[in-house]
Amino acid sequence: MAQFFHKSANNIARISMILAVVLAGTAFYVYTQVARSSYLTGRYLEKQQPVQFSHKHHVGDDGIDCRYCHSTVETTASAGMPSTETCMNCHSQLWADSPYLEPVRASFRDNKPIEWERVHDLPEFAYFNHSIHIAKGVGCSTCHGQIDDMPSVYQENTLQMEWCIACHREPQKYIRPKSEIYNMDWQDADLTAEQRTKLRADHKIRSTELLTSCSTCHR
Amino acid sequence: MSPSKFQVQSSKFKVAGVVLIACCLLLSGCGVRFDMQDQPRYKAYKKSEFFSDNRASRDIPEGTVARGQLKENKAFFTGKIDNPNPNAQVESTTNEQGNTIVTSFPNAIDEFPLPVTKELIDRGQNRYNIYCIVCHGPTGNGDGMIVRRGFSPPPTYHDDRLRNAPVGHFFDVMTNGWGKMNPYADKLSAADRWAVAAYIRALQASQNPDQILRMNTNTAQPAPQTQTSPGGGH
Repeated sequence: MAQFFHKSANNIARISMILAVVLAGTAFYVYTQVARSSYLTGRYLEKQQPVQFSHKHHVGDDGIDCRYCHSTVETTASAGMPSTETCMNCHSQLWADSPYLEPVRASFRDNKPIEWERVHDLPEFAYFNHSIHIAKGVGCSTCHGQIDDMPSVYQENTLQMEWCIACHREPQKYIRPKSEIYNMDWQDADLTAEQRTKLRADHKIRSTELLTSCSTCHR
Repeated sequence: MSPSKFQVQSSKFKVAGVVLIACCLLLSGCGVRFDMQDQPRYKAYKKSEFFSDNRASRDIPEGTVARGQLKENKAFFTGKIDNPNPNAQVESTTNEQGNTIVTSFPNAIDEFPLPVTKELIDRGQNRYNIYCIVCHGPTGNGDGMIVRRGFSPPPTYHDDRLRNAPVGHFFDVMTNGWGKMNPYADKLSAADRWAVAAYIRALQASQNPDQILRMNTNTAQPAPQTQTSPGGGH
């Protein structure tokens, strides 16, 4: 009886088996990369805001402390958005005629808040509180990047769970002394490993087990 | 291979195929549903369709008093004497910058209503370097960055008028604003405002070492719980 398959069918079978594995692997890799892409996470995307507000100017050039505007960052979950009155503390006189600031003056005149576009939008099944991160030595720029160099603020990190949990697993790699929280020029390399371990103890940061338990963030 | 066995295998393949397709559909569907992501609740600053002004963050209803916020200790919360006279004559002059400045302070208290400690002054320095330094400058000369950008210069702390001003005056200006300066009571709690006032006294002493540090305290009335946050809401 003649052979049903030609001899080369063996090769085709082998190649197709390898190809199937390679294709499945590639598909999985593409899936993970798409899930991390800024298309889905919003990372690096600048948003059109009602006022052309520049953090680069106010923080970088003028040296205004973060807390001048985000005044509840040390005490509440939300860092706090400045009221229009806060803008008018200076802009009642500075650039008081500038057309760029008309939305601010209109907000002040009509007693209507400026409707900023939220740049960092955490999913609502994740609990987040700014004040505890400040109290435990996480600096602004650790999560938000070089805000003092952003004319228009964008999201520096993915805000995905793998990003949160990387720090919750090893917080000592990311924390700093409390005096440096608002320092935009802080470099993580400024501390040695021993100093970091000591800092973690000084800040009374709880065990990695507790920091990575589900209900720490999903409550 | 018997036909019946082949049929069993074929139906197994069918089941496997259906499961595979279902998995693919599920995976591709993951990006579509966001009702866990965007839940029907308000987070800070979220827009509301319910309230007429579209603000989800509501003001406290007028006339309500939160627990422990009755502010009975008038000196602590206003920096003024008991029964201040609203019609008291205030002397004022105009300085070289064209600002109207007061030279008498009839209603302001001249004693700190809480103990002045190193911690209080440190706290004051910390808050001063956030909220005041922008105009008043690091030493209180009135040469902060915002002034260098063109804002009206505030008066210096280092003249006889303000060296001798009662401490309640500084507290009152922080609380209610003065001239071009807006109130800072929304950013500084009463305890923080007293801390800043204590630091201003320390600044004055730093620029004029001969001056006696005027840190009189009157703690006859116990100071209220010194909360450091303006809102205190968690």
